Amino acid sequence: MPDDPKKTPDVVAPGVDVDLDAPQVRRGQKLDGAPNVVGRSHRKVGAMERMQGLARYTDDLKLPGMLHAKLKRSPHAHARIVGIDASKALAMDGVFAVVTGRDMPEPYGIIPWTKDETALCVEKALFVGDPVAAVAAVDEDTAIAALDAIEVEYEVLEPIFDPEEAIARGDENKINPFAKRGNVTKHVHLEFGDVDAKMAEADLVVEGSYYFEGTTHAAIEPHCALAHYGADGILTVWSATQVTHYLHRELARVLGLPANRIRVIQPPLGGAFGGKSEPFDLEFCVAKLAMITRRPVKLLYTREEVFYSHRGRHPMKMRYRTGFSKDGRILALDARTVLDGGAYSSFGLVTTYYSGQLVCAPYAVESYRFDSTRAYTNKPACGPKRGHGSVQPRFAMEVQLDKAAEALGIDPIELRRRNHMGENCVTVNGFRVGSNGFLECLEAVEKASDWKRKKAELPYGRGVGVAGSTYISGTNYPIYPNEMPQAAVQICLDRSGRARVFSGANDIGQGSDTMLAVLVAEELGLELPDVRVLSADTDLCPVDLGAYSSRVTLMVGNACLQAARRLRRKVQASVARRWEIPPRRVTLAGGEALDLEDPERRISLAEAFAWAEEDHGLLGEVGSYNTPKDRHGDYRGGTIGASPAYSFTAHVAEVEVDPETGIVTVTDIWAAHDCGTCLSRRVVEGQIEGSVYMGFAEAIMEQHRVDPDHGGVHAGPSLLDYRIPTSLDTPAIEAIVVEAPDPNGPYGAKEAGEGPLHPSIPAIANAIYDAVGVRMDEMPFSPPRVLAAIEARRAREAAGELAPWKADRRRGG
Amino acid sequence: MTTRIEDARARLPVVSEDGTRRPPQFVSLRLRINGRDHCVAAPAHFTLLEVLREILDLTGSKQGCDKGDCGACTVQVDGVPRLACLTLAVAADGRDVRTVEGLADGFDGAHPLQDAFDRYDAAQCGFCTPGILMAAEALLRRAGRPVSRAEVREALAGNLCRCTGYTKILDAVVDASERMFPGENPAAAEG
Repeated sequence: MPDDPKKTPDVVAPGVDVDLDAPQVRRGQKLDGAPNVVGRSHRKVGAMERMQGLARYTDDLKLPGMLHAKLKRSPHAHARIVGIDASKALAMDGVFAVVTGRDMPEPYGIIPWTKDETALCVEKALFVGDPVAAVAAVDEDTAIAALDAIEVEYEVLEPIFDPEEAIARGDENKINPFAKRGNVTKHVHLEFGDVDAKMAEADLVVEGSYYFEGTTHAAIEPHCALAHYGADGILTVWSATQVTHYLHRELARVLGLPANRIRVIQPPLGGAFGGKSEPFDLEFCVAKLAMITRRPVKLLYTREEVFYSHRGRHPMKMRYRTGFSKDGRILALDARTVLDGGAYSSFGLVTTYYSGQLVCAPYAVESYRFDSTRAYTNKPACGPKRGHGSVQPRFAMEVQLDKAAEALGIDPIELRRRNHMGENCVTVNGFRVGSNGFLECLEAVEKASDWKRKKAELPYGRGVGVAGSTYISGTNYPIYPNEMPQAAVQICLDRSGRARVFSGANDIGQGSDTMLAVLVAEELGLELPDVRVLSADTDLCPVDLGAYSSRVTLMVGNACLQAARRLRRKVQASVARRWEIPPRRVTLAGGEALDLEDPERRISLAEAFAWAEEDHGLLGEVGSYNTPKDRHGDYRGGTIGASPAYSFTAHVAEVEVDPETGIVTVTDIWAAHDCGTCLSRRVVEGQIEGSVYMGFAEAIMEQHRVDPDHGGVHAGPSLLDYRIPTSLDTPAIEAIVVEAPDPNGPYGAKEAGEGPLHPSIPAIANAIYDAVGVRMDEMPFSPPRVLAAIEARRAREAAGELAPWKADRRRGG
Repeated sequence: MTTRIEDARARLPVVSEDGTRRPPQFVSLRLRINGRDHCVAAPAHFTLLEVLREILDLTGSKQGCDKGDCGACTVQVDGVPRLACLTLAVAADGRDVRTVEGLADGFDGAHPLQDAFDRYDAAQCGFCTPGILMAAEALLRRAGRPVSRAEVREALAGNLCRCTGYTKILDAVVDASERMFPGENPAAAEG
C-alpha cells in the first residue's frame, strides 16, 4: 500500500506525538512484502493446555467451602404453581438454602422487547423440565436428596404442543404469562417487489411444503456455573457462556445489583454452537444462592438437563412458492412459515425475521414476500443454533431450486450460476453486499466432486446434490439499541517483547483468541507465542457483545487491528527516531524491527518496544469498531439480517441409498466457503468441516422433540437416544477455502463458522433425489421416512404414473 | 472384588426420613495413577471419574454425560481404554490407571499425539480431546505401526466430538502414528 507523504512525518522529532490514526503506513511485514503470519496454519492459542488436561473448564473449578446446587424441575408440561414447601428440605443436614421463583421475580430476556422468562418459574411451569426451585447443599448427592424433599403443589393445565393449534387457541389458553398477544411471540410480514405480478409472469411455479425437525446443540460440555459473593460485596460468576456481557447485564437486572459490582468470567469452554448464548436459570441460581449462603456455589447440568434447557434450532413448517423464467431465473418467491418457539421467546424475534430475511442471497431474486409466525408451545424453548434461523429456509429454498432445475432441464449448478447476484450489489430487501465469492465456490465444488461425470453416470441408489448459501458476518446492529462500539480491544506491549491482548470476546473453541493473536502478530511482527490473549472477563476486558451471529472475526478483529496499528506506529516512530530515518522505512517482522532500505540494520522487538516505552510511557492502546450504518433497507425490521459483509458457500454431497432399508449413507461432502481473507488456514478449515458435519447430522439423524402422548417429556434426552454422528458415521469432508476479501473485514476477512453449515442439508436431500428419485421434504432423512418415500414411488411406477428412476443405470438391468 | 462392588452399590448415601444424613461408606483405595501410587479414601459409590476429578483434582478427564455415552471421560485401566464414569473406583483398586495428565510422561513436553493434534488444530473446544487422546494412544500402542484412517475411525467410535467433524482428528492420529513408527509397514487397509 503506498505511503501518503502528506500525512506521515518523515522523522519524528522528540516530544512530537505520533498520529496514531494516520493512513496506512506499512503493516508489519517481511522484507519481501509477504504477510508475517496471516493465511498460514497456526497452533491455536491455549490448545496445548487443553490437550494436556490442564485447562480448567468451569466444572473443573473448585473454591474453598463450595456448595453444590441442583434444580427442581416441573414434571408437567403446563401447570400453575399453587405452592412450594421447602421446609423439609431446609431441615435436612447439609442443606444450606432453597430459592424459588418468588426470590427472583424480575423478568428477563436476551431480546429487550421480549422479556418473558424468570430465573425460576413464578406463576406457571411451561414445559416438562421448567425449573421451579433450586437448592444448595454440601454436596451433589445431598442436593439431589433435598430436591425430593421440596414439595410443589401444581394445578395441572392443558398443554399445547402444536404451534398452529397454539396460535388458534391463544385467547382461551395463553401459555406464557408475559405474552403480549395470545400465543404468538412474533409475526413478520414483509414484501419486496411485486410478487404477484412476477409470479404471474413465471414460466414455472414450484410449490412445496417442508418440515424442518428441531435439533439441539449437544455441546459435549454441559452448562455449568459457579458463583462467589465476596466480603467486598462483589459477585463473581464463572460460567460456560458465550455471551459474558449479556449475562452480566441480566444478572444485574434480575438480582437487583449494580452492574459494577458483578464480574463475569468465561473459563475455557467446551463447545456452544449457540446453546450458551443467553442467560440460563443456573447462572441466576448460583448467584442468588451464593449471596444468601455467603459460600461459593456451583451447579452443573446433567446431560438430561442440557436437552431440556435446549434453545436449539426451531422446528419450522414452511410453504414455498417460487416462480422461475424458462431460462431458470428466480422471478418471485412467496414463503409462509410457522415457527415452533417453545415456552419462551429467547432470540425468537430475530429468528422470525431471519426465517425470511436471509433466504434470497446468494441469488438475485427479483421479488419476494415472507410471512413468518412464531408460536409459544409447551416445550423447551428454541433459540439460536449455528446458522441461526436461516438453515431451515435454506433447506426449503435449495430444494425448490433443485426441483426447478429438473423441471426446466437445467443442470442444478448451472441454474444457481444463472441466478448469481454478483458483488457490490444491493439485495431486493435492501442489504448491501460487498465481496462475493459464490461463483468460485460453485466452480470449486463442481470440479472437486467430479460433478458432471457423477451426475451423468452414477447408478440407481447413488447420487449427487448441490446447494448454495450465504450468511452474515455479524449483525449490523446490536441486540439492545445503543451507539457504543460493537467491539473493543485493548493491547499492551512491554519491554519483554510481548503483547497482551484484552478482549471481551468469547473463545468457544472456534479460535477467536487465535484470530486476535494472528492479527496482533501480523501488525507487530511478533511470533504467535509472544502474544498473550486474555478474553471474556468483564473485570479485565473491554465490553464485547459475545460469540454469536458470526460477529467476532469481523468486529473484534477490526477493533484489534485498530489498537495494534496505533501501537505499531508508536514503535515505528521510536525506532525511526533513533535510526534517523522516516518511520515508513521501519518494518516489524520475525521478532525484529528492520530498516527496509538497509536490512542489515535491525534490532529485536524487545529493544524496539523498550525504545517506544522510553518515548511514550506505558505502551497501551485501545481500538474499537462500530458498523457502517448504511447496510440495510429502510423499513421496519430492515436492520435485522443486515451485516457489514456476507460469506458464501456451496456444497456437493454424494450419497448411497439402500432402496431395501431406506438407509442413507453420505459418503462425501465437498464444501467450498468464501471466508474473505483466510487468517488462519487450519482454523478456517476446521470451522468448515465442523459446520458440514453438523448439517449432515441434522439431515440424517437428529430430532429434538417431545412426546405429546407422554405428557411432553423429551423423546430422548441423552447422547445415546439423541443420535449424533460418531467417527464411523461422518462422511469424508473436503473443505475448500475460497477467498474473496471484503473491504469491511480485518485484512478482508469474513466469517467461517456458521455459513458452511447451511448447504449440507439441502445438498443431501437433493443427492437422495438424484440417487433414488424421491423428494425428502421433511427432516430428518431417517430410514423409515426414506423407505416410505421409495415405496410410494415404486407404487406409482408400478401404476405407470412415473417412469422407473434411472432405469438405464440399474445394476443388473 | 465383586463383593466390594456389591457393597458399594448397596450403600449409596441417603438422607433418612428425619432429615439426618447417613455418612457414606468410605473405602480405602490404592490406585496407581500415571505411574505413581495414590492411597485415597473415597465414598464407596464413587466412580473412578469422581475420584480422579473430585478427590485427586485430576480434572483432565471430563464429564460430558456421566452415563457412558460420550467418551469424554475415557482413561486407560491397565492400558485399555475405559469409561471412567462407568467404572466404580473400587473396581480400579490396585490397577494401573493412566489419564491425559500422564500422556506426555517420558516425552519432551508433549506426546506425539498431542503435538499432532496441535499442528492440525484437531482440538477446537478441546473438551472431548482428553478422552480421544487416551483412546487413540491405546490404538497406536496396540498397532505399533502407522495406522489407517479406517482404523482410527473404528477406534474412536466411542468418543463423540461435536466441533470438528472428526476430519482433523483422523489427520492428526494418522500423522502421529507415522511419526512414532517411521519405517514400519503401514496398515494394509486405507479408508
